[in-house]
Amino acid sequence: MSKQNKDVSRGVRKVDSMALVTGQPVYTDDMAPKDCLIVKLLRSPHANAKITGIRTETAKRVPGIACVLTYADVPHIRYTHAGQTYPETSPYDRYILEDRVRFVGDAVAIVAGETEEAVDRALKLIQVDYQVLPAVLDFHTAKDNPILVHPEEDWLTHAPFTGADNRRNLLAHDECFDGDVEAVLQTCDEVIDQTYRVQAAQQVMMETFRTYCYKDPYGRLVMTSSTQVPFHVRRIISTALGIPKSKVRVIKPRIGGGFGAKQTVVSEPYPAIVTWLTGKPAKIVYSRYEAQTSGSPRHQMEMHVRLGAMRDGTIRGIYLHTLSDGGAYGEHSWATVGLSGHKSIPLYGGNCEAFRFDDDVVYTNHQASGAYRGFGATQGIFAVESAVNELSRRLGIDPTVIRSKNMVREGQTMPAYYNEPLTSCTLDRCMERCKEMADWEHKYPYRVLEDGTIRAVGVAMAMQGSGISGVDVGTVTLRVNDDGIYTLMVGCSDMGTGCDTILSQIAADCLDCDMSQITVHGVDTDVSPYDSGSYASSTTYVTGRAVVDTCAALEETIIREAARQMGCAPENLSFDWHTAVNLETGQQKSLGEIANDSQNAGNFLTATKSYSSPTSPTPFMVGIAEVDIDPETGKVTPVNYYGCIDCGTVINPNLARVQAEGGIVQAIGMTLYEDITQSETGKCYSNSLMQYKIPTRLDMGNIFIDFASSYEPTGPFGAKSIGELVIDTPAPAIAAAVAEACGQQFRILPIRPEQVCRVFHPHDL
Amino acid sequence: MLIQLTLNGKRLAAEAAPDKPLLEFLREQGCYSVKRGCETSNCGLCTVWLDGTPVLSCTVLAVRANGHSITTLEGLQKEAAEFGGFMADQGADQCGFCNPGFVMNVLAMERELENPTEAEIREYLAGNLCRCTGYASQLRAVQQYLAWKRGRNHEQAE
Repeated sequence: MSKQNKDVSRGVRKVDSMALVTGQPVYTDDMAPKDCLIVKLLRSPHANAKITGIRTETAKRVPGIACVLTYADVPHIRYTHAGQTYPETSPYDRYILEDRVRFVGDAVAIVAGETEEAVDRALKLIQVDYQVLPAVLDFHTAKDNPILVHPEEDWLTHAPFTGADNRRNLLAHDECFDGDVEAVLQTCDEVIDQTYRVQAAQQVMMETFRTYCYKDPYGRLVMTSSTQVPFHVRRIISTALGIPKSKVRVIKPRIGGGFGAKQTVVSEPYPAIVTWLTGKPAKIVYSRYEAQTSGSPRHQMEMHVRLGAMRDGTIRGIYLHTLSDGGAYGEHSWATVGLSGHKSIPLYGGNCEAFRFDDDVVYTNHQASGAYRGFGATQGIFAVESAVNELSRRLGIDPTVIRSKNMVREGQTMPAYYNEPLTSCTLDRCMERCKEMADWEHKYPYRVLEDGTIRAVGVAMAMQGSGISGVDVGTVTLRVNDDGIYTLMVGCSDMGTGCDTILSQIAADCLDCDMSQITVHGVDTDVSPYDSGSYASSTTYVTGRAVVDTCAALEETIIREAARQMGCAPENLSFDWHTAVNLETGQQKSLGEIANDSQNAGNFLTATKSYSSPTSPTPFMVGIAEVDIDPETGKVTPVNYYGCIDCGTVINPNLARVQAEGGIVQAIGMTLYEDITQSETGKCYSNSLMQYKIPTRLDMGNIFIDFASSYEPTGPFGAKSIGELVIDTPAPAIAAAVAEACGQQFRILPIRPEQVCRVFHPHDL
Repeated sequence: MLIQLTLNGKRLAAEAAPDKPLLEFLREQGCYSVKRGCETSNCGLCTVWLDGTPVLSCTVLAVRANGHSITTLEGLQKEAAEFGGFMADQGADQCGFCNPGFVMNVLAMERELENPTEAEIREYLAGNLCRCTGYASQLRAVQQYLAWKRGRNHEQAE
């Protein structure tokens, strides 16, 4: 790798760009067979109920209806919808359909028919008797509540270490510490002791959940699905249906966004069982209403922080307890809550003498939570970063100064981050650069504009991981075809982020060829090499490294074959990816000739390598928010957002920048208005984009991004991740700016204008 | 009922139920660029042109197209590729699901507004939601495309 990078670090176009911008039919529903059965679900109107009777005869008689399935018609096998590596840390707490419903929107019956009209009619004709039960709708009182969300005997966990116990409504409990945090806090000059809450929020990827299925000539179930985890879908569907894995094939087409939502198997089981039972092609396309009310949103978390410091700003100890709302089913619950501490506390590793992090995740009768970009870190970072901002105001120390004094540095070991060594980190440079970009010295803390608007700034830091250490696996197969063109076969899901392109860039530099020489192929579980999937910010780091390793293995293979063809020992052959030279005779042979002759000789040139990292190197970011606060209305308007990022080597500056800009705007929505609200009986109010507003281009202000690249020695070309990191800083930074302007720290998201207004006008409202 | 319309420049006669949204009708005609992103006219993904004016095809009944001209991205492939190139050069295409509706509206804006300011561009396109990009790269692409168009028109005028 001593050569100058050719495609790496260049903002090349995505390999699929032109198909996407010209509207080609490349998504799941564009490709579904035209004679597909339409599949829809009858959903529960109750948050917790037993189904005591269900009558489907009339519905089945609607012309064009192929089947109406209830709990009596499906296998009773416990499984989880969580797209995680087996054995999953999420409990097996679902049937495809059950005689019990656990949230408003839970599946009651599956209807499949030839037309949407017939299916809609049949849905209305199903008669269900419910025994309505009291529901657990407050996550504070869920633990050890006499009302159990999962009282069933066959509830099952493969991961007892998570502390999950359905008899206690408990999905996870953990305690971890380093040093004696209580002793440290007792000797601190100041202790910030506050509770923060981050709301449940929806990913709102533009393409909702969708899947179509058919049976192939061998009687196998072929599924095309908008998923981040094709290999997990294959395993989960085979488990749920009780059929061999060899009977299931999963294909991932282009995906209209995921953000973690599609790390959960939300839509796949329903058309799968319809096709399996009827033999007919079937598809389900979630409405936005369903995606909002029966999706897989961010875990609501409440975090109690006790952060101890000296008067000079030295942060010596952090205690964090996180309570997380898993909702009705336990997908990703243990994993997400862990990140709320393990990816927030280590930011202050500079002087920290002790920490303690305890957590509980509970079942409630809310929509089941799942994976959402940031995955718990977003919630924990809001709490810890807000506490540090409160400390800075209490001590009268600039919040950027207090951070520079306490931040973790390269070379340190991070006790709160699984004791991993920090092998690459430019957080200090990110802070300096971000301050410079934002002109912090002049803008901090605020100024009052002529019209009375207060323009304030706030800062926050963030870290994330790069894949799950020791668990995530990326496998890559490279083939040399006729004339020396390559096929790069990957099992990770490009969900729009551009990993097909990033991996091609990495391969093109390793193979010293033009990217046009490489065809990237993914994902088809029959063909693609195994990959644990696109989540945990893993594709560039984990699968990217597998590309590098595969190229190295392929080079050896080619040299061996060329030497055989040219009748010399491999060590007497030089090869530069274009030409092989027999150093004894001077004979030359091009890669194309070697490839063609290798095919004819039955020595097809291919290499496969897997990569799984024992560490999960942490990318870092500093974000500074500049917002306008209107004291008359309480409206908070983002004006400028500045971000400086250490994601190691930036493989594609364009795509990295867009990741950052997109993550920041998504977080602006979460900070200021996005919220999943429900009635007293658990009915979700936020059931449309009318009720659940996401930012438009009028709401984002201007965004400025820069990179302060470290070099991660274990990463491909020195790269770390970026995808999730970028959603973490806006909430605490904006909350800090608002606090500078109005003197009050908002500790519950979203920060609503009426609350801000009340600070300025305590007696008017 | 039987409706007659011009779809992407071609005359077409087809059956359409009175309650069928134009969006579903167009997809049935093979115009798969037209996407549904919501049920409440909030997202802009289904934007098409009715007699040259952008409309949300989710809230226009197919029968309303009777006697009119409908344009989808399938009918604007050359322009889509021209503008799309600027999108691609920014990495602004991302997942691509919102691209067709967005591109339809950008091309409509290009016809309607002369030298729009940044604020005018944001305002015109405010109804096109995107969750991947944070809009900034789209804005850069639009501005570069408009500058390129102006330059090309200028050259042609000379």
